[in-house]
Amino acid sequence: MRITLAIAMVVLLTAGTGICETQQLVAGSLTSQNSTIDTGDTAWVLISAALVMLMTPGLAFFYGGLVRRKNMLSVLMQCFMALCIISIQWVVCGYSLSFGPDQHGIIGGLDWTFLNGVGMTPNAAYAPTIPHEVFMMFQMMFAVITPALIIGAFAERMKFSAFVIFILLWATIVYNPITHWLWGNGGFLKNMGVLDFAGGAVVHINAGMTALAAALVLGKRQGYPNGISPPHNLPFAALGAGLLWFGWFGFNAGSALKASGLAGNAFAVTHIAGATAGIVWSVLDWLKYKKPTTLGMITGAVAGLAAVTPASGYVTPVGAMWIGIGAGILPWLVVTCLKTKLGYDDSLDAFGVHGIGGIWGVLATGLWATKTINPDGADGLFYGNPVQLWIQLKAVLVTMVYSFVIGFVLLKFVDAVIKLRVSEHEERVGLDLTQHREAAYTIID
Amino acid sequence: MKYIIAVIQPDRLDEVLKNLEEKEIHLVTVSSVVGRGRQKGIAEVYRGHKEQGSLLRKVKLEIAVNDTFVEPAIKAVIDGARTGQIGDGKIFVLDLPECIRIRTGEKGNMAIG
Repeated sequence: MRITLAIAMVVLLTAGTGICETQQLVAGSLTSQNSTIDTGDTAWVLISAALVMLMTPGLAFFYGGLVRRKNMLSVLMQCFMALCIISIQWVVCGYSLSFGPDQHGIIGGLDWTFLNGVGMTPNAAYAPTIPHEVFMMFQMMFAVITPALIIGAFAERMKFSAFVIFILLWATIVYNPITHWLWGNGGFLKNMGVLDFAGGAVVHINAGMTALAAALVLGKRQGYPNGISPPHNLPFAALGAGLLWFGWFGFNAGSALKASGLAGNAFAVTHIAGATAGIVWSVLDWLKYKKPTTLGMITGAVAGLAAVTPASGYVTPVGAMWIGIGAGILPWLVVTCLKTKLGYDDSLDAFGVHGIGGIWGVLATGLWATKTINPDGADGLFYGNPVQLWIQLKAVLVTMVYSFVIGFVLLKFVDAVIKLRVSEHEERVGLDLTQHREAAYTIID
Repeated sequence: MKYIIAVIQPDRLDEVLKNLEEKEIHLVTVSSVVGRGRQKGIAEVYRGHKEQGSLLRKVKLEIAVNDTFVEPAIKAVIDGARTGQIGDGKIFVLDLPECIRIRTGEKGNMAIG
């Protein structure tokens, strides 16, 4: 079985290289010798792409419920605008930079700009049984939600114009290269053997580290920490968390790129890790603050889902429970203890939940990964292969440093050009009225 | 005893509350209200239609104080709420004939603090 799969992989990879060359010669008219479209796989990845798309509006409500009334629309607007802008950036150059023909392991070439040659026939190197265009759309939704996650760090104080310029630059200079390193054919971290099934490093560490940079560059909100009113609508936050959880099945199980047993396992471990972390966070809240909170429970679940993301294609259900336990404890410590001690204002804990959850998840993949789940993966430390943990650690460090440093520089650059932060008056009045001339709620019917 | 009603800009509330706290005036009731003055304010626009003649959002504070605290309370509100722009709001001072603390039944000056 294993040998057959190995042979299949070699055949597919060879076919993939062949197709890349063909595409450069006769873009658009390529035919695939070893790639035939599987209708079940295609249907599943189409649905998965739609599920992942729904995560960005879900995130908008998750974050929106946590801010003050006067900033509700600004958060919704930033999330939805990320959906529009990054989608178009993806078509223009983002997809090509991320997945296009490799340039020295660092970045994809510009051969696929404006989706040139990305058509209805499969690209065997990435997904041999679904149309290339479907793979492109599935990946587009990841590109959209990643910068949207960063909003949690700068919510309630960033100028909308600065936000637009920043995410466009960030997608191109940070997200696209990192995606290529880990997922692009020929990417140097992928070649190193890093396991990141659905984006623990690409999405969560990446967004989390730039989120930390954003919290530091923008500074605290007026009145932080004691003068900030509590979340204005926790039911919205719970609704958003539910939509995120739902979408995560597409995120992780869809990353199998097949309607297969592996997708089914990814589906199961995703749910298990989310549920475990939700329980753990609640228990910790209960022990330390005497009551289990709604916000704590949903935050824990999101942390668990984030942490299992890189591992979802490689671990068993029991492995997922351990990952969920770690994802309940580590982000909880950072959010409830470390953040207050260090005094940075990561408004909605984008770094604490996604950054820390992602770091834990990518490392934990190096602990609990097993070839019994995925023969194309690797064994982790607990399955007799300590080297994998070292490989995972390298990927974590590379992603952390690149995302933090370049994210920091980009924010400083945008700040120097047009200023990142709204005026003190605008911040007090709220971003809804001052940035968008709208109010989320009326007072009198 | 006086009953002070202040209608101020919502974004000045934190500052006013801080000032009142500093003058040891703790008894405050705050409500979110809408109203109309001479201010034009920030008009909201929905799909190109500017909402006109609308009532503007304000915050209303109600403060019951003993006579010696009247001037400090007024000063606290003005210092916190004044921006010098139209729409800063108003302060109304009313006589307060009686005040009763429900829990103990205490009346008058004792009940306010």
